[in-house]
Amino acid sequence: MDESYDVCVCGTGLKECILSGLLSVAGMKVLHLDRNGYYGGESASLSLSQLYEKFRPGSAPSETLGASRDWNVDLVPKFMMANGLLVKVLVHTEVTRYLEFKAVDGSYVLQKGKVHKVPANDMEALRSGLMGLFEKRRMRNYLLYVMDYNEKDPKTWKGMDLTRMPMSELYKYWGVAEDTIDFLGHAVALHSSDNYLAQPALATVKKTKLYYESVVRFEETNSPYIYPLYGLGELPQAFARLSAVYGGTYMLNQPGMTVAYDASGKACGVTSEGSTAACKFVVGDPSYFAPEKTRVSHKVVRAICFMNHPIPNTGDSHSVQIIMPQRQTGRKSDMYVFCCSYAHNVASKGKFIAFVCATVETDDPVAELRPALALLGPVEEQFFDISEVREPVNDPSADGCFITKGYDATTHFESTVVDCLELYKKITGKELDLTEKELTQQ
Amino acid sequence: MEGTIVNKKLVLLGDMGAGKSSLVQRFVKGNFEDYQESTIGAAFLTKTMPELGLKLEIWDTAGQERYHSLAPMYYRGAAAAVIVYDVTSPESFARAKSWVRELMRQGNQDLVMALAGNKADLAAGGDGSERKVSAEESQAYADENGLLFLETSAKTAQNVNELFTALAKKMPRAPPPQQQAANTVQLGGNASAQGRKRASGCC
Repeated sequence: MDESYDVCVCGTGLKECILSGLLSVAGMKVLHLDRNGYYGGESASLSLSQLYEKFRPGSAPSETLGASRDWNVDLVPKFMMANGLLVKVLVHTEVTRYLEFKAVDGSYVLQKGKVHKVPANDMEALRSGLMGLFEKRRMRNYLLYVMDYNEKDPKTWKGMDLTRMPMSELYKYWGVAEDTIDFLGHAVALHSSDNYLAQPALATVKKTKLYYESVVRFEETNSPYIYPLYGLGELPQAFARLSAVYGGTYMLNQPGMTVAYDASGKACGVTSEGSTAACKFVVGDPSYFAPEKTRVSHKVVRAICFMNHPIPNTGDSHSVQIIMPQRQTGRKSDMYVFCCSYAHNVASKGKFIAFVCATVETDDPVAELRPALALLGPVEEQFFDISEVREPVNDPSADGCFITKGYDATTHFESTVVDCLELYKKITGKELDLTEKELTQQ
Repeated sequence: MEGTIVNKKLVLLGDMGAGKSSLVQRFVKGNFEDYQESTIGAAFLTKTMPELGLKLEIWDTAGQERYHSLAPMYYRGAAAAVIVYDVTSPESFARAKSWVRELMRQGNQDLVMALAGNKADLAAGGDGSERKVSAEESQAYADENGLLFLETSAKTAQNVNELFTALAKKMPRAPPPQQQAANTVQLGGNASAQGRKRASGCC
């Protein structure tokens, strides 16, 4: 490995793999390393034996769970917005050809202790138990305004300046009630707390549009989400392949790897097993850099539960999301439940995996998850994970270290991709052009 | 008039420099270059075999085999694998055996495998002194492990079509059981979104 590269990428989490792929495509010579023997880092999907090695070293999975390799258990559960940034990047890079996706069956929201489907269309809205008839009409008027709103066409603004008007005022204008606001803000615009109410309405209007544009992105889908067969761990692998296909070199299983710095403190390579690969700068997740280059922004608690049944009250869905808005559970931020199953080739026949995740707010994070765990019904096996989410505080122009942020508790990949695109711009000085291009014939 | 064409994934494995890319290049495009660059920018190559009702998607390792860093995704859903070694290199034959073991570990019972002893033209030339792996040894290994075996030359085209055709004939025709994945969505193409009217999505 005593060669020189433009960039060494440390860690094969989704963010590092996206960046590695984009930089290779941009013509850079990339060396991509990982201390683990598998792809995905913090965002891997693990087989049963890998999962037990991580959470219960020394103990073996029960035989009732079936073959280890039938399982691909996500460490960071999220769904993809069908019309979101990750899909745009996948299409732009043509990485789609390595992956297969399924639509997520349904999106649900907790209201007054009951789980309701988030209406995906007019018919569902009419049947929904979320609100009464008059409230439905008010919500419909609000949503028609939002869907019709066009930043470039003042006629659609109806005299309101959404770059200034707080979101709470826009709701008030359309007369939407508090419980409806709860579900529109958290389960449709996907805000993770109520802080958005005081902020300009435009951001929420855009997020609401993204939700409904995602619902209609594919035929026959009933939610705005899609999910890859074999689990989210396929995503980093697919971007790693993109990088390799464009000349990137891959070295997994480098447990002792460290970033090398020159006398001025600037990253100049990566050392592993006694040899050093030289490079102009280093990209990596926080775990590969000295702690003082990052700080803990918050902690996330996640539960992984194996079950023999779908989550009750979700119409027997094989894949589903339940959002628990903060006000419904008396918290400062939302809590999320995800479920997927053998139908996505992530578990052995007949098994379901439910995940619960939340931003830690107390000294007893596992107890915080209780209201969500109560929705799941009997659980065959469960694991808890509490992780620090770190973010960079260094100056990449001084130390040559482009560090990604950890994975937050949000339900989807928008913030993940935004982080990648910002780093891409810092590194190359250019925005990635995501306007949909004509796909070449495969 | 035209029968159904089934897509099948075929993966290549073997040491760097054994001639994996040259072999595919010869099979798909019918040519050979003495100094084949490592495959840049090609996700996979495809070859339709209408007489067999097959379209092969041929995946090259893209160099990820160099430090043994192939992703599990590479093997996923593969119907066939060609393990390539260089008949002038015993090391590459030893590595081929370890790739076969790796493939068997993936636990895909329906996978059809072929062992290709490439660069046979070097062994055939002159007194054949460059040959280091005998055809008998390889044949015995292949028989023991249920692999097809042929010595090939990407350079002279010897046995290249024969190898892929023999593999294709051995592949099970029924789609693999995982393709119960009926309701998958297609990303890309021409933004498949426009199926439904936008307004109908919102309440």
